[in-house]
Formats: sequence, structure tokens, C-alpha cells
Amino acid sequence: MKQVVFISGKGGTGKSTLVSSLSILVKEKVLADCDVDAPNLHILLKGETLKKEDYFGAKEASIDNCSCVKCGVCRDTCRFGAISEDIKIIPMKCEGCGACVLVCPQGAIHLEEVKTGETYVSATNRGTFSHALLDIGAEGSGKLVTEVRKNIYNYKKDEKWVLIDGSPGIGCVVIASITGTDAVVAVAEPTKSGLSDLERVLGVARHFQIPGFVCINKYDLNQEVASQIEDFCKKNNFPVIGKIPFDPSIVKALQEFKTPVEVGNSSVTDRIKSLWARLEEEMEKLDEKK
Amino acid sequence: MRIAVLSGKGGTGKTTVSASLAASLESCQYIDCDVEEPNGYIFLKPELYQNISVKVLVPEIDVMKCNGCGKCSKVCQFNAIAVVKRKVLVFPEICHHCGACTIACPNDAIHEIEREIGIVEMNGDETFLHGKLNIGEPISIPIIQELKRHIKKDMPVILDCSPGASCTVVCSIEGCDYCILVTEPTPFGFHDLKIAVQLVRKMEIPFGVVVNKASDASKIIHEFCKNENIEILMEIPFSREIASAYSQGILPTHSSMEWKEKFRELYKKLERGAAK
Repeated sequence: MKQVVFISGKGGTGKSTLVSSLSILVKEKVLADCDVDAPNLHILLKGETLKKEDYFGAKEASIDNCSCVKCGVCRDTCRFGAISEDIKIIPMKCEGCGACVLVCPQGAIHLEEVKTGETYVSATNRGTFSHALLDIGAEGSGKLVTEVRKNIYNYKKDEKWVLIDGSPGIGCVVIASITGTDAVVAVAEPTKSGLSDLERVLGVARHFQIPGFVCINKYDLNQEVASQIEDFCKKNNFPVIGKIPFDPSIVKALQEFKTPVEVGNSSVTDRIKSLWARLEEEMEKLDEKK
Repeated sequence: MRIAVLSGKGGTGKTTVSASLAASLESCQYIDCDVEEPNGYIFLKPELYQNISVKVLVPEIDVMKCNGCGKCSKVCQFNAIAVVKRKVLVFPEICHHCGACTIACPNDAIHEIEREIGIVEMNGDETFLHGKLNIGEPISIPIIQELKRHIKKDMPVILDCSPGASCTVVCSIEGCDYCILVTEPTPFGFHDLKIAVQLVRKMEIPFGVVVNKASDASKIIHEFCKNENIEILMEIPFSREIASAYSQGILPTHSSMEWKEKFRELYKKLERGAAK
């Protein structure tokens, strides 16, 4: 199985639209949404839930009021400001590190596992689909991403592709989404901020030595920046494998919960098809090199 | 007044709204808390003079004192320390800088050293600040905390947050007087807005919604806000011109007095909303 992750530096560049289109066009695949903060793929991929589990991805300190003498040592030790003046745990700030447990002279504090989200595996008419939802404001999204990727392998093992919708940014969730995958496809917009984001996110791919490819979405919005992106990619050896035009009808399709492929937008569909063909070619080339 | 701009998701126009608001006010402080991908500087074009290195404390093992007992790796909740054959391995990137290992060590063999995870840059009068997480670093919260240490008390402060609703956003909006939730009228935007609403309600911060890329075709956001009794502060239409200007680093407020006026109106609404 080959794992391809679609990342973008920033949200809103068209990652989920591209992945959901590919979910129709690509055969023999399973799907995962690693944007556990704000997952969107399930909105377009309705299916039947095969498995739903609570996810306990963090710990939180808990103070036993009966034995606590309010000496304040825990508060002075906590580096996250998670213990209030009157010696109460502030859950949103607690990292679950357990330093307070170690210093409490009364043994009044212990760590408790807390639920930080839910994981789902669904059967959809486009293949098995693994995703999750992080609880509001919860910690440990990177670990939850790892769980989403693990879940895929517990269900299916014989498909050719794993298509992964990544999350925005360059931090822990993105690192957890891309480590150990076979390729990343960065979806970029031809804007000044898009170029800046692309450079940073491809820097992460390079840091972890994962082959990177680029798709320029809405490329005709700003031809000048689009060619700056192409120059950057050429110089740094990240092949541009697709260019998709700015098309208001895509937004219209999304408003009806549909991908460009489903509404029969043939020009966009053809572009996405050729992007995938090019990616397959590039992946074969990588295999030959090995 | 401290105003945070968030969206549940990137790409909905957070930076358009926060930078336009900053560009419309007489005086204010703009803080870009999206330290993974800061973009505000592209539009506000500040001259950045000062540069602060953001460092965190990570453990270092004194091999002379360490007897490999493994207590440090046992207490570490983040798997940042492993003991293999009585030798201690530290993985500084996943360390949460809590200091528990130093407390747990019975031989006083661990001390902490500074390690840079990113920088904070600012202009001369500290009215523009942003942070940059170093490539390959997973933990960004200490950079946001450093940014927030520079918050001014004598002028409006606009905090442009990172996408999502997780710990970085919680850290950014904490202590703010008002939150602007930027959204777009698509199923994605709608779904993410509901998550953002839950977050600000949980944190009990007054908030309102700005609908970006608005069109007559979809009113899902309007219906939701009406049912939930949420104020729609402003609408920015779906327009190729705005998108194209944005791609060149130009905000709507740069080219039109009308938009400047609209953002000043928006600010007045925020003041009223925060006072409620």
C-alpha cells in the first residue's frame, strides 16, 4: 500500500475538494482524514460507521480535596499555570505532565486519563474511511492523527493506495500526518501568502525526507505568483503535477455537498485525472530509483 | 480591548478580516498568532526590527551522576525520554518542557538547558508582532505565550489566530474580550463554524460572525446564526476581484475607503458586543 498525504500549509486551499474528487476517480484505495481539528471529508463521504471509539489521548491532574492541605507546592511547580490560587486544576491548561503529582507532599494528586476525541471507521461507497474528531480545545491532536492512520491498517490491507487528507500548518498534526508516508502532495494557491506557506510546508516534507509534489489550485487567479511557485518548485526539485483553474462553479458544487466530478465539471475533472496519472508516474519513477 | 479572530479552519479569510481591521483603525496592535504559517506581514508590510529567540527548557543528562535507574523515563508522560541499557536518550522535539524528569531524578543528574523552537519578530513600536515556529518543531504554544507577553494595554489589540479549535487557539484567545468567527457559506465552513462556536461558548467569550465569500446562493450560515441567536457582524462578498487583489497582498481596505469605513463600523459593533 502506498500512502499519499495531501497537505497545504494552510487550510482552504482546496485539499478536501481535491481528495474527495480523487476518492471517486482513484480505484483500489482507502481513505483517511487526518485533519482531526476540523475534519471535512466525512461531509462529502457519507457512509456507514463500522466502528466508533472514544479516544483517551491525554491525562489530567486531579486533586483529592480530602487530603490536600493547600500548601501550594503544586501550583508553584506547574509550568503551565494550570493550578489556580485556591489550588484547583484548570483543565484547559493542564498538560497532564504529572510534575504536581511528584511534588505533592500529601500524595493528594493523581493523573487521570481523559477523553480527548472520537475515532471512526466507516464503510463508504468509495472505500473504507478512517477519521476522528478532537474534542473542543483538547490536547494531543498529533497522537489522534497517528490513531487515525493506525485504524486504516486494522481494517484493510490489500488496496493499492491510502489517500490521506492532511491538516493545515507545519506543527505536530502535520508531522504526525506525514511521517512514514510515501509522498506528500502540497496544494497551493497562487497568492503571496500561499507561496510563503508552501515553502514552509515543503520544508517539513524535506526535513522528514518524504518526496514532495505540488498542485497549484486556482492557478489563473494570479499568473505571476503561479509562475513564482513553479520557479520555486523547479529550483527545489518538487515537481508541479497539476494546475486547477479558479472556477466559481466548484464553490457552487460544494454548497450542494458535491465534488466537481459529481456535478460533471469536465474541465476540472480532466485536470484532476491528469494530476493523478502524473503522480502515479512519479511514484513509479521513485520505485525504480530504490 | 483584545479581539481574537478565528475560524475553525484556515482559508476562510481570517487574515483578510484581522489585517483589514488593523489597517482601518487609527492605532492598534496586530499580533499574528498563527506561528505555523504567519501571513499578516504580507498585507500590513511592517518593518521588522526586533527579533526574540523563543527558547524552551529541555533536559540534559549528567552521565557522571546518572545510574540509569529509569525514573525519568517512567514519569515522562510524553515519551521524550527513553532508557536503553541504562543509557538515557532524550528526544527534545517531543519534550513538553514540564520539568517532571528533573523532579523525579534521585541522583540530581538532570538539569535543563535552553533550546530554540522559533522566533518572535516585531516592528519598532511593537504594534506589529508575529511568531515563527522553526521547521520540524511540533510544539508552538511557547511562541504564542511570548507573543502575548507583549500585549499593549493602551490600544485595541487584534490577535489573528491559527486555524482549528485545539490548544493553540485556546492559548491565543484566552483573556480576549471578543472573538470574531470568520466563516464561509459552504458545508465545510458551516461545519467548522459550529466547532468554533462551541469553543468560544465553552470559554465564555462574547463573539459574532463575519461571513466571507458570501453569496445569495447559500444562506446556511444565516439560518444557523438566526436559530442560535448569533450576531452576523459583516458580510464580504464572494468576488474574483477581492480574491485577485488578496493574491497580490492587497486588502480590500487598501483600495477602497468604503471598506475602511465598513471595518470601522465593525469595530464599533465589537465594542458594543464586548460590553454586553
